[in-house]
Order: sequence, then structure tokens, then C-alpha cells
Amino acid sequence: MKGPKIIVCAKQIPDPEAPFSNVSVDVEKREVMVDAPDVISPYDENALEAAIRIKEEFGGKITVLSMGRKVSDTVLRKTVAAGADSLILLDDPAFARLESRSVAQVLSVAIKKIGDFDLILTGRQAGDWDSGQVGLILAEVLGIPAVSLARSIKIQDGSVVVEKIVPVGYEVVEAALPALVTVSNEVGELRYVARTKMMALLRRPMTIPKWGTKQLDLSVEALRPVQLTELCPPPDMRRDCMFMEGASPDEKAAKLAAVFKELR
Amino acid sequence: MSDILILVESKGGALEKMTLELIQGAGGLAKELGTGVSAVVAGNETSQLADSVAAYGLNKVYRLEHPLLKDFQPDAWVAALEWLCKQISPKVFLISHAFVGREVAPRLAYRMNTELTTDCTGLRIDPADKGLVRTKPIYGGNAVAIVKAEGTPQIVTVRKGIFDPAEPAPAKSEVVPMAPPLNDSAIKVKSLKTVEQEVVELDKANVVISGGRGIAEKEDFELLAALAKALSKTHGKVLIGCSRPVVDKGWMSSDHQVGLTGSMISPDSYVAIGISGAVQHLVGMVRSKKIIAINTDLGCNMFKVADYGVVGDYKDILPALIKKLED
Repeated sequence: MKGPKIIVCAKQIPDPEAPFSNVSVDVEKREVMVDAPDVISPYDENALEAAIRIKEEFGGKITVLSMGRKVSDTVLRKTVAAGADSLILLDDPAFARLESRSVAQVLSVAIKKIGDFDLILTGRQAGDWDSGQVGLILAEVLGIPAVSLARSIKIQDGSVVVEKIVPVGYEVVEAALPALVTVSNEVGELRYVARTKMMALLRRPMTIPKWGTKQLDLSVEALRPVQLTELCPPPDMRRDCMFMEGASPDEKAAKLAAVFKELR
Repeated sequence: MSDILILVESKGGALEKMTLELIQGAGGLAKELGTGVSAVVAGNETSQLADSVAAYGLNKVYRLEHPLLKDFQPDAWVAALEWLCKQISPKVFLISHAFVGREVAPRLAYRMNTELTTDCTGLRIDPADKGLVRTKPIYGGNAVAIVKAEGTPQIVTVRKGIFDPAEPAPAKSEVVPMAPPLNDSAIKVKSLKTVEQEVVELDKANVVISGGRGIAEKEDFELLAALAKALSKTHGKVLIGCSRPVVDKGWMSSDHQVGLTGSMISPDSYVAIGISGAVQHLVGMVRSKKIIAINTDLGCNMFKVADYGVVGDYKDILPALIKKLED
């Protein structure tokens, strides 16, 4: 077959690795405030990496689809710098904080608007709510095979062959294309994008379609937000740390060895 | 009818602890709802497993039996559970947040036109509308959301360790065989082979020594292994863990990963080496009895949750520590 048409769904989220001191909860507004720049959700980056490797081996074309509220093309252009061919943003005030089925619904409409595809890749879960639902539900909506937790993906005679993580090791499964695969971090990190390349790409004019409910011909009433009744700060995890002081590593190690002997 | 349903999971023919926890949790909700708890066992030969669940005093144990349910083929399990839900209309469906549930629950919820909440750490019944009120940590554990959702059954996956395991009860449950009408056309994803690998069970360890992004080279894990060897003489079972970046680099398999998407553990001692402490990692180890951190960065989060800290380079500290322990 000729190169597969791959769609990667990538979500923009506040950096999930931000130190917890930079995260606060506005109980009144029921909002989480993260004092850190937005990034692409890490497992979605893994999905993009998997897509780029497929493209390197089998050719094809990668379209990145990102949905949310105030999606930034500056954040998402990294996907193109890394190796995606095109980027489509799904942005609408009505897309804020939707429950998973509604998200999958919007994505499915956008994917039908894109047209032909062979493979959809998503991260196993997003790094903000960690629900792990949208990918699998999207496959249900589109009526295509779903494989979860991939650690490697190959295209073979109109099928996708996936090594998926299972509790005892890994399982090799096969599904006919078109199919959807959710990707786990075992695939490996997204390749490094040099800063100069990224900067050049930011300056380059690029057509990035932005679709909202209007372009997708979606009724806002059909979209359901998460029914968040309350948002609380997390339980306190802090402990008082006793530091092993010493002039040399040897002295510190001696004190730590004494701690271990006590803990025995 | 109108029962709370739980999905039974087993390993090597024995009930998983997380299933006993679900039975316990479901019991509490059943009291609030004024109803009973039933369980579903899926597989090819389920009679023995059904009998062991029946010892927990449930209303009914549904034996969902079909050759296609042998092993775990998600397509078959989803179809069979969808069929069962349509037959018996449970009000609430609880599934463990683990391998099977992560895969089955979203697809099942979509087919039943109901809204799933995953990885819940608390559940109660809203007395006003009898809906399930779901507690779910978000942003890696930096906030806790309380959500409600539409649809029947009210369906959630439940984090391990949230409820105590149930004890067997004197009253036996009624076992109900069910034959779901499955056929091969339901299977869109074909299993070619399963490759078993040696898997570490971090939750069985007394001490876990983990390395993170701060570990410079793969070979440096030998230093952690040497520390494990030294400690294992006196501290019981010692295993090596890691944070996610180490798995991403391919230095360790994912069974070693501690955190939100890896193991959630609470050993006697947890030794974090070169782990800054992203919250997704912390939620997996913060319940350890004692936490020891070695890191070059005094300001890192791991020191905020640790009992004992050493500011320094593990390359200097570990050899000296191992020598002191062996003296």
C-alpha cells in the first residue's frame, strides 16, 4: 500500500511536570491554576513519535488534530517541527471542559471532515485529567478497531500490528486499517526539536485551519461539559525532611547508613 | 434488577485483591441505595471463580461464559458486558482501575450511553437523585474533583487500595449462568501472541530503590542494584523502581515504573535517587512509611515529601553508603 494517512490527536495542557508549588486550586471558581507554560500532553507526544517512525519506514502523511479552548499554534507547531505534515486546531468556547464522549464526538466530526485516513493515534491518557477515555471512545464512534497501550506500531499489508503492554509482558495484536491505537510512553520520547528549527518554523507562514462548532456544523447543545460539583486542594503530602549534613559525601553517607540501620 | 454490579478479576485462578476491595466498596454504596450487590465473572470456564466470589454473600454472581471470553480479548469482553448490562440493567457498575477496566470501561460506557469517571478515589450516593458522586484526583493529584454524571448504569473505575478487602460472609450468593450471544465478527483485533516477560511486583517489596531523570547513564543503575544487594541482607525484599523518564529512555521496563500510570506502592522504605518529584510520581510512593531522597537540588519537590534527605551527587553518595552498610 502507499504511505498511510495518519491522524494524531494531541491535547494542549498546562505542563504536568510543573512543581506542585506552582499549582493552586481556586475552590470558588472550581479551577486549577498552573503557573507554567502549556505543553503538548506527554503521551500525545509519544503518539506523534510513533507516527513519525511509521512515516520514516512506510512513508505517508501525518495530520495533527488538537482540540480545546484557546489552543495555541505556538505550542502545537512543535508537532510540525518534529515531523508532522499539517496541523488543524479545533477551537471554540463551547469546547471548554467537555466530558469525554463529547470530545470524541467533536473529534469524530473533524476527522470525517478531513476525509480519508488509515490510522488514528492518541496518547493513552491526557496529563491533566488522566481519564484515558477519548481515544477508545473515538474508535467506538467511528466504528473502527481499537488497540490500547501500544509500545510499538507497524503497518503490514493493510493492517496495523501493535505490541501492546499487558500485565505479564506484551501482546502482539493485529487489526485491519483503518484503526485507532492509543500509545503508551514505552514507545519513547518525542524526538528532540532544535530551538533554531522551532524558531524558524514559528516565523514561517503556515496555513493552520481553525475549526469551531460552526465549521464543523455541530450544535452546542449536543456537547456536555463535565459536571464538576466541587474542586478541592489535594491532601497535604509534606513531611519534615531531616537532612544528612556533612563536609564530604563520606560524612553524609555515614549518617544515611546510620538511618538505614535504625529503619531495619 | 437495580443492583450494584462489580466486575470480578482474577489471576492464576484466584480472586484479585482489588476485586475484594470493590465488593467492600459496593457494600457501602448498597446500604446508601437500599439495594444489593451482584458480581459478574467473565471467561471460558468460570464455575470455580464464580464459587469463590459467591462466598462473599452477594445477591447474585453472573457467570458470563463463552469460548471467546477465554483470555482477555477486549472486543469480546466489551460486547459480553454490554449484553449483560442490557439484560440485567444495573444501577451502578464498579470496575477496578487496572488493565482490564482501563480498556473495557470507556467502550462499555459509550455503548450504554452513560458517562464514565475513571480512577475514582471516593464514591458516595447523592441522596437527592440517587446518582453516584465521584471523587477523582486530577492534574496528577494536584487537585481533587468531585463530579456527577448522566446515564445508567452509573459507571466508574476505582483506584486500588481505596477500600479494604471484603471478608467472606456466611450467606452464599446465587450463581446465575449467562450465555452471551457472541460470534467471531465481534473480534476486530486479533491476538497473534503474548510474550511473557519477567515482571517485578514492586508492591511486594519492603524497600524500593528508584532512580529518575537525574540518573546520568543506564549503567549507573548498577549502583542502585549494589545498594539493593547491600540492603537486602538486613531489610527484607529490596527491588529497583524508577520514574517515567527512565522507562521513556528504554532503560527499564514499565513494570518498574512508580507513579500514576505505574505501580502505586507503600513500602517500609522508599529511596528516591535523582527524582525531582513530579506529582504523578509522588502519588505512587507518598504513602511509603519512610521516604529517603538523594538529589543535587535542595529545592526539589522530593525533599518536601521525604523524611530523610541527602543533598549531593548519587555517584559520590552511593558508593560511600554501600561501603558503610557493608562494614
